[in-house]
Amino acid sequence: MDTPPADEAAPPEAQRADESEEFRSLRASFRGFAFPVTAGFILWYLLYVLLSSYAPAFMATKVFGHVNVALVLGLLQFASTFAIAAWYARFADRRLDPAATAIRESRQAADRAGRQDSAVRLPQEAAE
Amino acid sequence: MTTPLAASGLATAASDHRGLTMTLFGVFVLATLGITVWAGRQTKGAADFYAGGRGFTGFQNGLAISGDYMSAASFLGIAGAIALFGYDGFLYSVGFLVAWLVALLLVAEPLRNSGRYTMADVLAFRMRQRPVRTAAGISTIVVSIFYLLAQMVGAGSLVALLLGVSGDSAKRWTVVVVGALMVVYVVIGGMKGTTWVQIVKAVLLIAGAALMTVLVLAKYHFNISSLLGAAADASGRASAFLEPGLKYGTSGTTKLDFLSLGLALVLGTAGLPHILVRFYTVPTAKAARKSVLWAIGIIGVFYLMTLALGFGAAALVGPGTIKASNAAGNTAAPLLAERLGGGAGSTGGAVLLAVVSAVAFATILAVVAGLTLASSASFAHDLYANVIRRGRTGEKEEVRSAKLAAVAIGAIAILLSIFADKLNTAALVALAFAVAASANLPTLLFSLFWKRFNTVGAVSSVYAGLISSVTLVVFSTVVSGAKTSLFPHSDFHWFPLENPGLVSIPIGFLAGWIGTLLSKERADPAKYAELEVRSLTGLGAH
Repeated sequence: MDTPPADEAAPPEAQRADESEEFRSLRASFRGFAFPVTAGFILWYLLYVLLSSYAPAFMATKVFGHVNVALVLGLLQFASTFAIAAWYARFADRRLDPAATAIRESRQAADRAGRQDSAVRLPQEAAE
Repeated sequence: MTTPLAASGLATAASDHRGLTMTLFGVFVLATLGITVWAGRQTKGAADFYAGGRGFTGFQNGLAISGDYMSAASFLGIAGAIALFGYDGFLYSVGFLVAWLVALLLVAEPLRNSGRYTMADVLAFRMRQRPVRTAAGISTIVVSIFYLLAQMVGAGSLVALLLGVSGDSAKRWTVVVVGALMVVYVVIGGMKGTTWVQIVKAVLLIAGAALMTVLVLAKYHFNISSLLGAAADASGRASAFLEPGLKYGTSGTTKLDFLSLGLALVLGTAGLPHILVRFYTVPTAKAARKSVLWAIGIIGVFYLMTLALGFGAAALVGPGTIKASNAAGNTAAPLLAERLGGGAGSTGGAVLLAVVSAVAFATILAVVAGLTLASSASFAHDLYANVIRRGRTGEKEEVRSAKLAAVAIGAIAILLSIFADKLNTAALVALAFAVAASANLPTLLFSLFWKRFNTVGAVSSVYAGLISSVTLVVFSTVVSGAKTSLFPHSDFHWFPLENPGLVSIPIGFLAGWIGTLLSKERADPAKYAELEVRSLTGLGAH
C-alpha cells in the first residue's frame, strides 16, 4: 500500500515510553477513571431495567401530578449520562491531555534527535 | 413497518400534501447530490475516501454521528412505540443514549489513535493480519447488512405510506431508488460527501422535532404533567400507560427479553461499524472525544423530544387512529404533524405533514449511505487489500475496489429488501445491535486493554459472538413459530427470547478469554506496549 513510511515504521521508543513513570501514571489515571465509572453506569442502567421489569408497583408511585417514579428514574438516566460525559470531559482536559501531550512531544523530540544523529553519521539514509 | 398498510388517516390527506412532499424530497435529493459531487471533487486518496481526509471538527462529526445514529427507527419507531405502549416505548431511548458512555470512555479515543480506516485495523495492530481481518470484516458486513435491511424494508413501507401510494410495486420502486441514491452518495462523495449528508440530515431532523415539540408543549401550556395526563386519558389505559409493563411486562419471558434487549442496546452501539468509522474522520483523539460529547448532547435532547412527540401523538391523535394507519405505530409522528398543523384537509396540516415526511426520508437516506460506506470500506480495506491481495494493492486499486463493493452491497441490499419485505424491522435493528455487542465489542475491548489477548482469542470471540447471536435468532420467534415471524406457517423455534444478547454477549466475551488461554501463542509484549502508548498518547497515530 502507498503509505507514508514514517507512519508505518514502529516508533522504537514506544516500549521505553511504556516503561516510563510518566506513561504508567497516565495509564493509571485513565484506567482509574474509565473502568470504575463504566462499571458504575452499567450497574445503574441495569438497576433501572430490572426495576422496570420486576418492581412495577414501586415504579408506578406518583411523585407529583401525573409524573411517577418510572419517569423520574428514566430522566435521571439522561441526567446521569450528561453528567458523566461532562465529568469525563473535564477530567480528560485536566488530567489526561497534558500528560499525553508531554509524553508524545518528548518522544517525538527524542525521535527527531535520533534521526539527526543518524543523519550526521549516514547522510544518504536521511535523504531517503 | 411491514404490516399491511391500511393508510386510512393518511390516505385522505395524501392528495393535499403529496405534491409538496415530492417537491421537498426532490429538493433534499438535489441538494445532497450537489454536496456529493462537490465532495467527490476533493476526494483523491484512500484517507479522503474512507475518512473524509480526517478534516472534520468535533462539532461537525458530532452532528454526523447523530445523523448516522438517529435512524428512521428512532425517529418514527420510538415516537410510535411511546404513542402506543406509553412508558415502555421510552425504555428504548434510555438504552440508546446510555450506550454512548461506553463509546466515550472506552472506545472512541483509543480507536482513533490506533486504527486507520476500520475496526479491524485495531485488531490487526498486534495480531496476525489475515485471520483477524477476515473475522472482523465478515462481522462488519453482517452487522451492516442486517441494519441496512431494516432501514430499507422500513423505507419501502414508509415512503409508500407517506406519499399515500399503496401496493408492492410502489414499495419496490422506493427501495430501488433509495438503494441507488445511497450507492451514488458513497461512490461519488466518499466519506466527505456522506458526512455532509449526515450533517444536513441531523440539522433537519433536530429542527423538525424541535418545532413539533414546541407546538405539542404549547398546547399544554408547557406543563408536562397535563400532557402526560391527557396522553393517559386518550390511551384508554389510564395511569398504566405511564408505567412500565404494557409491552414488556406481560410474562417472565418478555421480562427477560427486555433485559436482553437492554444489554444489546447499551453494549451494541460502541460496536456498530458505521459509528466506529466516524471516529476516523477527525484529526485527533481529542476531537474524537469532542464529537462523542456533542453526539451525546444532540442525541439526548432528541430522545427527550421524542418523549414529548410520542405522548403528544397519544394525546392529540389517539392510539386508535395511529394503529389504524400503521399497526406498529410508525406513522405517529407524521400524523401528529398533520394534527398540529390544523388537521387533515387544512393547508397547515398538509405543509407540516410534508415537512416531517421529507425529514423522515432524509433520515433513511443518510443512514443507509453511512452503512454502505462502512461495509464497503471494510470489504476493500480488510478483506480485499489485506486478506485476498495480502497488502500488495495500491491506494487507487483499493479505493476502486471499495467503490465496486459499494455497488455490490447496494445491489444485495436492494434484492434482499425486496424479497424480505415481510421481516420485522424492529427485530432486525435489535439483532444488528446484538451482533455488534456480541461479535465486535468484546474483541475490541480485549485488544485495547488486555495484554495477553492474542489472535486465537480475537478470532474465537468474533466468530462465537457472530454465530451464537445469528443462530439464536434463527431459532427464535423472529424467524418461525409466531404470527409476526418471517415464516409464520412453520415452527422450528426453541429459543424463547426475541433478542439473543443475554446469551450471545457473554459467549462473545467468554470465547475471547478461553480462546486466548487455550492457545499456545504468546502475545507480543512490545507490540502491546506500542499499541498502549499510541492509543493513549496518539504517538504515531495516522
